[in-house]
Formats: sequence, structure tokens, C-alpha cells
Amino acid sequence: MKNRAWVRELTVSALAVLLALVVGALLIIVSTPDVTSAFGYFFARPMDTLSAAGDAVGDTYRALFLGAFGGRQQIAETLVAATPLICTGLAVTLAFRTGLFNIGGQGQLIAGALCAGWVGFAVHLPPVVHVLVALLAGVAGGALWGGIIGLLKARTGAHEVITTIMFNYVALYGLTWLLTTSALQRPGRNEPISPVVDQSAQLPQFGGTRLHLGLLIAVLAAVLVWWLLARSTLGFRLRAVGANPDAARTAGMDIGRAYVLAMLIAGGLAGLAGAQQVLGTDLPLTDGIAGTFGFDGITVALLGRGSPVGTVFAALLFGALNSGGNEMQAATGTPLTLVTVLQAVIVALVAAPALVRAVFRIRAERADVVLAKGWN
Amino acid sequence: MTATIDSAGPALESPEHRRRRLRLGILLLVLAVMAVVLAVFTKSGHVDFRLSAPDGSGPGDLRVPAKPAALVLSVLALAIAVEHLRRGLTGKWAGAAFALFGIAFVVTFICWAASGKLFPLTNQIQGTLALSTPLILGALAGVLCERAGIINLALEGQLLAGACAAAIVATVSGSFLVGVVAAMVAGVFLAWLLAVFSIKYLVNQIVLGVLLVVFATGITGFLFDQLTGLSDGSARFNSPGTLQPIAIPVLSSIPIIGPTVFHQTALVYAMVVLVAVLTLVLYRTRWGLRVRAVGEHPRAAATVGINVLRIRYEAVLVAGAIVGLGGAYFTIGSTGGFSKAMTAGNGFIALAAVIMGRWHPLGATAAALFFGFTKALQGQLQVLATPIPTEVLQMTPYLLTVVAVAGVVGQVRPPRADGEPYRPG
Repeated sequence: MKNRAWVRELTVSALAVLLALVVGALLIIVSTPDVTSAFGYFFARPMDTLSAAGDAVGDTYRALFLGAFGGRQQIAETLVAATPLICTGLAVTLAFRTGLFNIGGQGQLIAGALCAGWVGFAVHLPPVVHVLVALLAGVAGGALWGGIIGLLKARTGAHEVITTIMFNYVALYGLTWLLTTSALQRPGRNEPISPVVDQSAQLPQFGGTRLHLGLLIAVLAAVLVWWLLARSTLGFRLRAVGANPDAARTAGMDIGRAYVLAMLIAGGLAGLAGAQQVLGTDLPLTDGIAGTFGFDGITVALLGRGSPVGTVFAALLFGALNSGGNEMQAATGTPLTLVTVLQAVIVALVAAPALVRAVFRIRAERADVVLAKGWN
Repeated sequence: MTATIDSAGPALESPEHRRRRLRLGILLLVLAVMAVVLAVFTKSGHVDFRLSAPDGSGPGDLRVPAKPAALVLSVLALAIAVEHLRRGLTGKWAGAAFALFGIAFVVTFICWAASGKLFPLTNQIQGTLALSTPLILGALAGVLCERAGIINLALEGQLLAGACAAAIVATVSGSFLVGVVAAMVAGVFLAWLLAVFSIKYLVNQIVLGVLLVVFATGITGFLFDQLTGLSDGSARFNSPGTLQPIAIPVLSSIPIIGPTVFHQTALVYAMVVLVAVLTLVLYRTRWGLRVRAVGEHPRAAATVGINVLRIRYEAVLVAGAIVGLGGAYFTIGSTGGFSKAMTAGNGFIALAAVIMGRWHPLGATAAALFFGFTKALQGQLQVLATPIPTEVLQMTPYLLTVVAVAGVVGQVRPPRADGEPYRPG
């Protein structure tokens, strides 16, 4: 086997998934009543315990797999779950490459959903134009919310980890407040829910499933980010600032401007995810519109190792785990939270290639992608 | 902060210092003008500050005429802001002046909101202390980690793990003490993961922190679902009850602060003791000096024979125990049962408190108290039915944090080696 970098990357990622499944299996074993009751007489009939454990793990993972890829409907759901993750993942990836740690996907997504939703039900436009304007409004809303962070960092040196976390809360409370005002609340309703967006502002769905045009837009966004980072002057500047701000400054680059631009684009991407949610799947705005997509974008980006293409694949994997997890919960009663554990373990192992290599005795020496550093 | 010489003549000011003075001054001015506007719009009437204990004992209500009080205090705040803009408040009175500004602003706000009504001051003090306890414990742990050069973004996950462990173990064992120990063990376990991955495998600490939060959220959620999903699972695994408050003899009979400050659970007292102990340890012991040294300049510390990695391990693990204790507060300290994601971002607020408090235990404690105060105040104001929407009140502490981090402490230097992995050799 030729020691190509991507082959090695893929090997590490695959082994990480395998190890995560082992950790998950242990969790299932220790918490399933059938198995724990069989433990009671383990030394008398050890095979009982083992077969009970094997059954529990096998059933759970089978349900997980079938739930993600078991048929046309399931595959569509996997793609639906992956769509916003692609965008929020890209939002984090792009910031990473500029040396910024964007934990603010959640807030930027809310800002985007808010603007896109408002254009969707309060402004009335002809069909094709309406969707486009609503999508752009979502991107603009997210970009604004992210851009403020970049500006604060450039102007005052306020660390983006703190400001993004705080802005997530501000966005969430802002949304819940606006949903109780006449501007956004559905007439005649008491709970915080907005009207459904107009038919003309909805993203078309395919083949009787919930799969909508947003997936294509997300993939296009990924291609754009790849082009930006790998082929454009601006991308080169961003990467230079991310790799070594001091050197970039010495070379005459405006670091503050790079931070603002990176956060504008990142916020726009997360805002796009919000727009897709409110125009594609969850048509009214509610205070739960953001789910955990913004936060999951971080783990997706980490799994994607700073590359847009990797981010897309990571989002697909997480989408599969999420949609399969729903099926698993319904079929075997294993809680959906197992999937959260799996995701954390997978990413932890990928983020620590040294550990995976230590476990599997793989030899590899290469520089890791530069990610955001500490406070300094 | 640079020491400024208080001499008779006009001291020369560096441009950097001037920028900082103007920035803070403008911020204070905006706040003071807001206070004056509130004072002008205050309805005439009285605010009754309730000073009695929850059981009705103690002094009666303190009656304050709302409008005059608000006007006087807001003008005082305005004066402080203008003075700082003009001359720059420095020296030993600056801290007192800023504290006075804060008190004047808050009391003006209360006068505006509670004019003609009753303001339960004792509840406010009680609530501040209760809501601050987990924040302070989290912030102390954060300070200890970062002083040693390890960024701990996983505080939220450690609080969750502590909360979950305390609830389950206290229920099963029937003992609060065992539950508290379990919470500390859970915190230490996550801290150990943080330590091994960041110190041995050199994983980026910010990334690691986020992952540990996800991991802890997943594990605690999974356990909660599995255990409460069983028949009678809640009764068997998740009904620990809550700690009873302990009145401190003599001190608890002081009016106003007695029934509020000296009538708390053991966890709150432990928090107060830990603030003092950690401050002393960091600044008055050999180990504390070593912790600060490895966070500031590990190479130099190694040169004089300090085992950098070992000190870092120790600091992170001790911090894990502290924040685990904070986690116990959420279950056996207050609500008496675990629920999913119940820490609700408190760990991240504790992290903000570390930075606002300039990586100093006392500063971090003050910042955490400020958060607890605003949260408690927001609870009181909901009862008072002010024209401000609840959600806007809820977002205020977060916005103020951004303002503080960007405007006031954006210039503070973190420990120099904070977040930098150290490779011996």
C-alpha cells in the first residue's frame, strides 16, 4: 500500500469509528437490563451473559444501520439531517482555517432562520424570487451576527470563544422574545410560534420525501468554500493569517480585516443552514429551530479536519447517525443519546491521531492542520 | 494595569492608557445616562425593601421614596462617569468608585422597576448566593487550570457529570456525603481525560474542551434515559432529596445577612472556604508558585527543576474535584434530581467569569457573583411585572459580559503559556 496522506487519514477515521462502536457497545452492555441480570450468574453460565450482550449490541447497531440506509425514505432522512450540518460545519471549518474558533454557529443559525423566516411569511413576492430573497436574507442575518464577532476581535481583541458563546444566548433569547411580539407570532396563538412561510418561499422537496433543494445548495456552498480556500487570493490571506498571524502582519496583510471577513462568511454559512431549516423542513419558526445544529457543526468540522470536502463527508456520517438513531430508539428502546456519545468518541479519536496510532500501532508522521490556539 | 504615579503635576499619559480610559469612560457615561433616564421616568411612590428573614423574623421593611433616591443615585453615577472621562480614576479609590457606580446603577434600576411595590431584598441576597455557588466553583476550577497553562473549556461537561453522579450515587447509597464524593470523582475523571489528551497527546485544548462537553452530555443523557426508562427507575436511581441548610450559630442571628448568608447548605460553605483556600494556595504556597510558573513560562520552570507535566496534571485534577463539587449543587444542592442538560450553560458562564476576573480567584468569584446577582434580580423582576420583556432581561448578563470582555478587560494578559502544549526536552 502506498503511504498516501489521504489513505492514512481515511484509515485513522475508519479505525476511530470502529473504536467508537466498541465504546458504544460497552455502554449498551452495562445498561441493558437483560445483560445486567445475566451478569448475576456470570460464573455459573458465562455464555448467557455473552449471548445476551451480543444480542443487545447486535440489535441496536442493526437498527441504527437500517434506520440510516435501510431504504429510500431512510436515505432521504439521512440527507435531510446532513444538510444543515454541512453548512454549520463549513462555518466552523472556514473560521478554523483563519485561526478562529467559531462556537457561535448556534446563534448565527438563529439569526439566519429569523431573517429568512420573516421574509418567508411577512413579505410576499413572486415564486422563484421569493425563495432566493429569503435565502439571501438568511445568509445576511447570519453574516451580520458572525461579523460582529470578527469586528470585536479585530478592534478590541475580545476572544471569539467567549463572545460567540455569549452571542448564542443573546440570539436565543432574542428569538424567544420576538416570537412573543406581533412581528413574528402567529395570529391567534399564545405559544411562541411564527406563521408558516409562504408556498412561494419554500424549498421544493423531492420524490415524496422531506429531502429538499437545500442539500444541493449546501453542496454548492461546500464547493465555493473549497474554491475560496484553495484557489482564491482572499483564501490565501485567510489561511496565512490562520497559520501565523505575526508573519501575515509582517507581510503586510490586514489581520483585523481577515478576521472580520472570515466571520462574515462563516456567519453567512451558518445563517444559510438556518434559512434551509425554516424554508425546507421546519416551516414555522419556533424557539427550538436551531436544535443542536450549530454546536454539532463544531464536531463535524473537527471530524472534517479543516477541509471542506472532509466536512461534507463528516456531515453525512453524522446525519446518518442522527437519522439512524431515531429509528434505533423506536425499534430497540436504546436512547438516542447513545449517538451523541458515539459522535464525541469518534471525533475525539480523530482529533487525537496519536492516540489511535498508539492503539493500533500505526506509524505516521505528518503535520496536523493548524487549528485555533489558546487565548494569546 | 500599569501603576500610575499620583503626583501633583499633570502626569503624561500613554496613548494606550488614554484609549482605555476613554473607552471605559464612554461605556460608563452611556450606562449613567440610561440610569438618569430611568430615574426621570420613575413613578413617584415608595419602594419597600424587605429586610426580614423568610420566616418573617427580623427588622421590618425599609421604605425608600423611589424617585428622589433614583435621581440622587443616577446623578452620582453620572458624576463618577464624567470624572473618569475627564481625569481617569486611578489609585486606591478607583475600585471603590467603580463599585459605587455599580451599586448606584443597580439601585436606580430597582427604584424604577419596583416603585410603589415591595422589593424582597433578603430573597435577592439568598438567590444571588445560591445561583452563584456552582458558577464560583466552576470559575475557581477554571482559574486553577489556566494558571497552570491548560485551558478548560469542559467545565460545563464536568458540572453535568458531577450533577449526574451526585444524584445517582446519593440515591443508591442513601448518603449525601457519598454522593458529593462521587460528584468530585466524576469531575476528576473528566479532568483526567482533559489532562491526558492535552498533556500527553498534545490535542488542541479548546477542541478537546468542546468534545468533552459533548461526551459528558451524551453519557449523562444516556444514563438518565436508560435508568429512568426502567420501571420505578426514578425512585431507585434519581431521587436523592436535597441538602438541608445549616444555620451557623451566633452569625445566623445577625439581622438581614444572618438568615440569608449564614443559613445555607454545606455546599455553599464549602464554596466560601474554597475561594479563600485557593487564593492562599496560589499566592502563598510553593505549589501555587509552581502552578503559576508552569502556566507562565514552562521552559524556565523546567530549568529550575520543576516537573512541568506533573504540576499540570495535579492542577487539572484538583480543579476537576472542585468543579465536580459545583456539579453536585445542581442536584442534591438545589433541585434534588438529575435532568438532561440541566447545567444549562453555567460552565460556559464560569469560563467567562475566569476571563472577566482576570485569571485571579477573587476576581473570578466577583464576576461569578455578578452573574448570580443579575440572574436572581431577573427572577425578582418577573414578579414585579416591569415593562421590560423577560427575555430581554435574560440576555442582559450575556451582553454585559461581551461589553466587559471587549471594553474593559480586553487588554488583560492571560497566563503566557495558556493553551500551549509543553514538550519536555
